[in-house]
Parts: sequence; C-alpha cells; structure tokens
Amino acid sequence: MSLLEIRTLTKDFGGVRAVDHFSHQLEKGGLYAIIGPNGAGKTTIFNLVTGIYKPTEGQIFFNGDEITGQDTYKIAQKGIARTFQNIRLFSDFSVRDNVRTACHRYATYSVWEGLFPTPRRAREEKELAERSSRLLDLVDLKDRAEELSKNLPYGHQRRLEIARALAQEPALLLLDEPAAGMNPDETVDLMDFIEEIHETFDLTILLIEHHMEVVMGLADDIVVIDFGRTIAQGTPEEVQSNPVVIEAYLGTEEG
Amino acid sequence: MSQYYVGILILICINLLAVLGLSLMTGFTGLFNFGQAGFLAVGAYTATILTTQYSVPFLLALAAGMVVSALTSFVIGYPTLRLKGDYFAIATLGFAEVVRLLVENLEKLTGGSRGIPRIPTNTSLPLALGASIIALWLVANYVNSRHGRSCVAVREDELAAESIGVDSFRYKQIVFAINAALGGLSGGLLAHYVGFIQPSMFSTIKSTELIVMVIFGGMHSLTGAVFSAIVLTSLPELLRTAQAWRLVAYGALVVLIMVARPEGLMGSWELTPANVKALFNRLRSALGGE
Repeated sequence: MSLLEIRTLTKDFGGVRAVDHFSHQLEKGGLYAIIGPNGAGKTTIFNLVTGIYKPTEGQIFFNGDEITGQDTYKIAQKGIARTFQNIRLFSDFSVRDNVRTACHRYATYSVWEGLFPTPRRAREEKELAERSSRLLDLVDLKDRAEELSKNLPYGHQRRLEIARALAQEPALLLLDEPAAGMNPDETVDLMDFIEEIHETFDLTILLIEHHMEVVMGLADDIVVIDFGRTIAQGTPEEVQSNPVVIEAYLGTEEG
Repeated sequence: MSQYYVGILILICINLLAVLGLSLMTGFTGLFNFGQAGFLAVGAYTATILTTQYSVPFLLALAAGMVVSALTSFVIGYPTLRLKGDYFAIATLGFAEVVRLLVENLEKLTGGSRGIPRIPTNTSLPLALGASIIALWLVANYVNSRHGRSCVAVREDELAAESIGVDSFRYKQIVFAINAALGGLSGGLLAHYVGFIQPSMFSTIKSTELIVMVIFGGMHSLTGAVFSAIVLTSLPELLRTAQAWRLVAYGALVVLIMVARPEGLMGSWELTPANVKALFNRLRSALGGE
C-alpha cells in the first residue's frame, strides 16, 4: 500500500483548470519531487492534498484512508505536515512557541485542564518544552529560542518552519519551494539538511521546486508538470534528458 | 473606606470580568467583538429575572446567567465564527442590538424600556473582587496552556494553525463561550450592584467602552487588561469635579495612547516575577551606565 495515492486529481478555478487529472503514488520512505514552471499547478496540488482546496474531481488516499476534501486540521493530525512557499510562521510568537504549538502529539490535556494547573498538565508541558528544545537544537536555533520569529533572518525562518512541521511527527512532509529566495550556497546547505531529516526522522518527503537543478541531486523520483498535467516522470537523469521537459522549460526552438 | 470608593472598586471588578473575556477573545484569539454588552445583558436579565421573579438564590442566579450567556454564544457562534474578521465583528454588533431590542419588546418578562427596578443589591466588594481574581487566574492559566497557544496561533495565521492540526473553529467556539460566561457574570453582578437595569445600559456605547479597555491596555496582555479596567473605570469618577470635561479628557487620553503606542500601554508585556526582574535589571544597567 502506498503512503499517499493521488487519483485523477482535478481542480478548476472558474474556467481555469489548475490541476488536470493528476495521479501519483508515494511509497513510504521515499524522497519525491514535483517540478514545473511557475504557474504549473504545483502549490495547488499541495493545497488539495492538505484540504485547503476541495478538488473538483479525483481522490486522495493517505495510508489507505480516503482524505479527499477533509478539513485541513484533520489531515494534519493524520500525519501530513507542510511548509509554505511564502513562509507562514506565527510571527508574534517566540521561536520556541512556534515549534511547541505544533508538538500536539505530546500533549493531550483537555480544555478544562487548560484552566487549572493539574499535575498531568505540568508533566505534558515539560515534555513539550523538552521536545521543542531538541528540535530547535537540530535546526541550530536553540540560542534564539526566546526571540520573536518575525525577527529571524530569512534563512532561519525557513528552517524554523521546517522544524515546526517536524514537531508534528508527520509520516509525510510536504515542502513548498524550500529554496525559494536562497542563494546557491544556502540552497546547498538546505538540501543537505533535507537529506539529513529524511534519514533521521524516517520520513517520506514530497517537495516542490521550479529550479530543476535543486532537486537533481536529492530526489529519487521526479514528476514534471505543466499546465496542471504530468508531462514526464522518472529518475533525475531520465527527466533531465526528456525533450518534452526541456521544451516546457525553455520553449520550442524557433525554425 | 467610604461607600463611594467601595462602589468604584466594585465597578472596576465588574468591568474587569467583561474585559478579561474580551482580552482572551479579541486580544489573544483575534476575534473582534463589538457586542460584549449583549452578553452582559443576557447575564443581567437572566440573573435578575431569576432573583426577582423566582426567588432563586443570588449565586445560583449568577451562575445561570453565565450558563445562558455561554449557550447564547454557541447559538450565535455556530453560523458566524466561520466568517472572516470584519464580518464577524459586524455580526457581534448586530447580536448586541438584537438582544437590546428583544429585551425592550418582551415587556412582560423584562419590563421593556422601563427596565426592572428594586433588584436586591447583593453584589458586595468581596464577592466582586473574589470573582475577578479567580477569573484572572483561570484566564491566565488558559493563555499559558497549549490551548491558549493554539488560540494565539489562530490569531497569527489561521491557515498555518490549521496546517499544524489546530481545529480553529473549535478554539473560536471555546473562547467565545468563555468570553460570554465572563460577560454574563459581569452583567449579573452589575444588575445586583446598581439595583436597577434597563436596555439602554447595554447599548453599543457599553460594548465600545469595553473593547476600548482591551485595546488601551494592550491587546496581547492580561496585565494591560487589568490595568486599563482600573484606570478607565476610575478615571471618569476621579475627574467628576471637572464635570462636562471629564469625558473629553477620557477620550483624549485614549486617542493619545493609540497615537503614541498603537499596541496598547502594555503591548504584550505581562507582570510576572521573571519579567519584573528583567525590567529591574534593565533599569539598573541603564542607570549604572551613566
């Protein structure tokens, strides 16, 4: 059974078909990428998988359960975490609180216990503090834990957003253009970091990129989409040499 | 202590209860509520009708006022809490007006616009103060819990909050209900302090006064809510000698604060031992640096 299975997913915005009968299967433990030119429908696919948009047609299965059109928070609780292309941190929260809020698997005390300082609450809060410290350590942000996240430099905000997603202990991590706005050196660092978390957390990762070279050394399997449709799929080498892909990226050669 | 000052203290506590709920809802969760007076009215009329017409014990009537008010918030919240920011605020405005008009027109039950006179004045300072302190303690606990953090996450970025597994609708319902219960308690105490209620006491002016207190003190600070409930309740009384000018002074002060410090007096600063120590250290190093 695949971890994530997408069947003939389609999304129309008025007369525009953003995603057109898109199908894909992710096996557990893989590192996948979807690439395509700007406006190809990559982020729309993420928004459909995470329930932010409801699909016009098609189905999505996670661990064999259908999650098509479910509420975003329910899908997140089932184990799909994501980051956003234009970083969406809780900007007036401290760095630590950004991560701590997402560690919901480690605290189950009720709303009533939120009003009173019970022993269970104290125990679980301690666990939350420890877990968030460990995650911040992993992304090298521990010494900035008490700063407001909006005051972090851009690259650190990206890392914090990934740490927040990891705090959910997801089975599947969706990364939306993680290298956007980064220089080549930072991009290389980030790719190493993604490879590292892929191994240490036993994660399945699906990432979106529009720069092809970023994912070439990283992903095992690449899907190329254009105008919402799959135009190629395969290993980085196969995709790179595919004439259809080159055409989509560079346009056709003039006579 | 003279009866006059006791009265001001009781009014501070009564306002504080309503402001604490609003602070949690508007300040921490980001749901603007311009109709808090509606919940005060529900609490006040429920408790008063129970004590005056059914001889229900005072504390039980207060509790009933809180419960009815909280239930009302569920009924109002279910269709409106999914609305985006401004639209929700307008819905709360409409809710308070509907409550006021209902009270005005259900004459048999509420006395209409003439109101209900001769309510037993059971609200004492120890009761009002005790209720405020307990409410402050509960709300502070909530804000510092995982649920409180989830509420702030919803305020900061609802989509991101949903994406990390926060059920934003449920959290909005919870804080709306806590807010309504505190507003209902505030209304019940007010009725049994003044000894008389009429619909005009629960107009938009009252709602505005309460939301101004939250914004004035600092949207993200309970310390600010307490501080502004004290200052803005007592200020018009202390300026009483200035007669007509006192409300002008009140308005000018609010405008001044908003211009000089849009995040409110306290911003997001809280009065905790650690923060006081940090402030003290900063002051000392600033003075020592000379």
